Amino acid sequence: MNAQPKVNAPPMPAADPASAYVRIANVTKRFGDFAAVDEVSLDIRRGEIFCLLGGSGSGKTTLLRMLAGFEVPTGGTIHIDGEDMSRVPPYERPVNMMFQSYALFPHMSVEKNVAFGLEQEGGGRAEIRRQVGEILDIVKMGAFGARKPHQLSGGQRQRVALARALVKRPKLLLLDEPLAALDRKLREHTQFELLSIQQRLGVTFIVVTHDQEEAMTLGTRLGVMNHGRIAQVGTPSDIYESPANRFVADFIGSVNMFEGRVCDGGGECLRIDSAELGCTVRAERAATGAAGATVWTAIRPEKINISRQPPVAAPAPSPENLVRGTVREIAYMGDMSIYLVQIESGKMLRVTLPNITRGLERPLTREESVWLSWHGTSPVVLTE
Amino acid sequence: MARMSQLSGRRLVAGIPILWLLVLFLIPFIIVFRISFSEVRLAIPPYTPLFTWHHGSPSLQLHWSSYAFLFTDPLYVSSYLYSLKVAAVSTLCCLLIGYPMAYAIAHAAPASRSMLLMLIVLPFWTSFLLRVYAWIGLLKNNGVINNVLLWLGVIHHPLALLQTDFAVYIGIVYSYLPFMILPLYANLEKHDGALLEAAADLGARPMRAFVRITLPQSLAGILAGSLLVFIPAVGEYVIPTLLGRTDQLMIGRVLSDEFFENRDWPVASAVAILVLLLLVVPIMWFQRLERQELTAK
Amino acid sequence: MRSRGLFSRCALVLGLVFLYVPILSMVIFSFNNSRLVTVWDAAHSPTLKWYVALAANEQILRAAWLSIRIALVASTGAVILGTLAGVALARFGAFRGRLLLAGMTTAPIVMPEVITGLSLLLLFVAMEQLIGWPKGVGAVTITLAHITFCMAYVTVVVQSRLAGMDESLEEAAMDLGARPGRVFFRITLPLILPAIASGWLLAFTLSWDDLVITQFVAGPGSSTLPMVIFSKVRFGVTPDVNALATILVLIVATGIGVSTVWMRYQQRRRERDVLLAAAANL
Repeated sequence: MNAQPKVNAPPMPAADPASAYVRIANVTKRFGDFAAVDEVSLDIRRGEIFCLLGGSGSGKTTLLRMLAGFEVPTGGTIHIDGEDMSRVPPYERPVNMMFQSYALFPHMSVEKNVAFGLEQEGGGRAEIRRQVGEILDIVKMGAFGARKPHQLSGGQRQRVALARALVKRPKLLLLDEPLAALDRKLREHTQFELLSIQQRLGVTFIVVTHDQEEAMTLGTRLGVMNHGRIAQVGTPSDIYESPANRFVADFIGSVNMFEGRVCDGGGECLRIDSAELGCTVRAERAATGAAGATVWTAIRPEKINISRQPPVAAPAPSPENLVRGTVREIAYMGDMSIYLVQIESGKMLRVTLPNITRGLERPLTREESVWLSWHGTSPVVLTE
Repeated sequence: MARMSQLSGRRLVAGIPILWLLVLFLIPFIIVFRISFSEVRLAIPPYTPLFTWHHGSPSLQLHWSSYAFLFTDPLYVSSYLYSLKVAAVSTLCCLLIGYPMAYAIAHAAPASRSMLLMLIVLPFWTSFLLRVYAWIGLLKNNGVINNVLLWLGVIHHPLALLQTDFAVYIGIVYSYLPFMILPLYANLEKHDGALLEAAADLGARPMRAFVRITLPQSLAGILAGSLLVFIPAVGEYVIPTLLGRTDQLMIGRVLSDEFFENRDWPVASAVAILVLLLLVVPIMWFQRLERQELTAK
Repeated sequence: MRSRGLFSRCALVLGLVFLYVPILSMVIFSFNNSRLVTVWDAAHSPTLKWYVALAANEQILRAAWLSIRIALVASTGAVILGTLAGVALARFGAFRGRLLLAGMTTAPIVMPEVITGLSLLLLFVAMEQLIGWPKGVGAVTITLAHITFCMAYVTVVVQSRLAGMDESLEEAAMDLGARPGRVFFRITLPLILPAIASGWLLAFTLSWDDLVITQFVAGPGSSTLPMVIFSKVRFGVTPDVNALATILVLIVATGIGVSTVWMRYQQRRRERDVLLAAAANL
């Protein structure tokens, strides 16, 4: 990402106020001259899992800490369930947080850790014991109540941290990189468990993560953050298939991107001339653009076909959505292979193909000449 | 509301130590500064009052006599220079002895490191005064060192070791060595061993790798340890009094004598202010290092 | 091994010899019969007579008792103030007076003692003139002075412990509904207790050991143990001081020995627990 585009938050569709359970309005957080969070507005619905996705320094953690009350916004307001949180300190907010480091109290047993939040509210010992037992059973840690945190494995600690944050039945649970400390196998398993616990308890989750796979599987909706602003909000498939700008297209998954000029903006589809690509791109289901405007075309690697012969339907003399190239590199990944193909203009294209057949007779080899083509619905046309 | 109470709680937590140190650390220096501009007189307390009342309003009278006295009497100037020399030489010796020791501990097996550190720190927990006193028994004319050397036949007459510069260096190095080793160890222990391996891999011999890689990286530790030894050594009182020369005093002893023997409080204060002026730069330097160390974690 | 390792190892061994020979010589000569201290009287040694003399020396015993009382009060006061200062410096971020506090807590560590002592005495004299308190110098002024220079060390110990501690532990407690005061007593304090304990021990030792500052702020009849020892050894070596030193070394060595064994035991237990947890996860 050498040409970092300046991303402006697209205007949020004004959500129905009744459906906005958490409303973040024009929230800004400055540290000196640096705006960690810059005029962010977001509506989060009751019962959803909302993932804040972004690189380090994108402002996602600062936003989360403002929701928890650890940071006071420089400007803007946060409402939770209709209540203004501006002057509410962290210990009076109906919000709990699961920390990235889990932050389990090392000098207390698992039971004491989980009971800590309930003890702050008062309430009978028996009642506290019952609730602690219940939540520990839900996270399958019932048998470990007497253990100290250092006597637990990473996965067990994560469950205890989750139980401790959930036992007070918060209106909103904040999860800071909940799975980052777990190894790969355990992470996948835990993701689904987290989903089932969330569905069972119906608590609204806001998850901060830098891992797009995690965000995709966990989130009902995602908010992609960049430089303290929201670059796009939408469902996982919205974000992947219809990125709103070059940053999102590039940040989520991998993408081939070309600069071009609209040559025919009317009718059913858009035609774009790209010197970089060396062919005309025909994009269906794209926003109309004025002829002559500079745009970027983004095509996902898995949406490009690769073949030795030109596709039959190729109309001469000026083919659309079709280029010639030479295979330069092949990376075999097991379930799929990645091909780096150099097209005639010199640019490298990334193409992925699933390895459907076992023991292919004549696989593509390096330096082989190939044709690349794609369907008219595949290109996404971006104006910013 | 809750935020207000949190704020006032914080104010209390920070305020109490600040107030304590203002009254018992900062204000005393202001008083010392003021008294250094008074004149000595036979009274209790033995200096001219800080303020005199003239027609109902206080007036401040500054006397430069104490400072003038210090700069004209060669005794004081030579004490200053001698103190600086002693502190500098002792600091250098501490560094030369302490660096290899810290290096050896940092490169020892992890299991024995804490044991070795304990051995370095342990003498510090026993009385400083008694440890200096022990050197009298070792260094004096019929002391252990002379007896051993005579017995071995290396010398035929006892060496005059006590009441020499050498004895003061020994005393300071001995007492302050842990203060040199600990910051050096803390620094050296953090070094990444892979750097030295990389240097060796690129063809640097061990000595060269040490000079080019380890030494530059340990500068902060060297500096912290040196300041921790140098600054208090300049004003050292016990060691030169017990082990040092009688014909050449260090500045700490001069200050103490002016105060206790001559009862000249203004001159003692002026000596203190001049020592402070001398040390203000190294002290601030040390504070900056300390801050970096504490915030780096 | 390589020659570089050999050199630094030799330096370490020699350095340790250098550190321990004087202490060892005091211990040995405390059993010497001769008044000359450093001349070993083989005919009548070893003897315990200097220990007997020490036990009968009322001046030393009185001074030791005073020193212990002052050290107990001063180290406790220093721990309270130093902990407050350490918490403020490590946890309050940037606040007004932070730089002042940071400066005033690190300066006493390196400040030459004669200067600290002189300035404190002049303060006490000025205070007595102004507000009539403290009445003269003595145990009270010694204690105040000791608290002041000991708290600097406690502050550094507590501050560096807090700096190494995950701040999200305290945030988690607050997030779970604990007010700042409760967070401190339920979470912060238990976790920094080891640092506070070692800060207390350090402060106790420093107070117990201090001579120079004490000399300035002590009055007649308030001679601490280091003052008595100093006045004795200033005019030469005396064998009963060797006996006293031996007793002190013995106490310190025992204390450190016990704490080492205890820490080893704790460490082992912890390692075993971690192993068990890892095994349970397989």
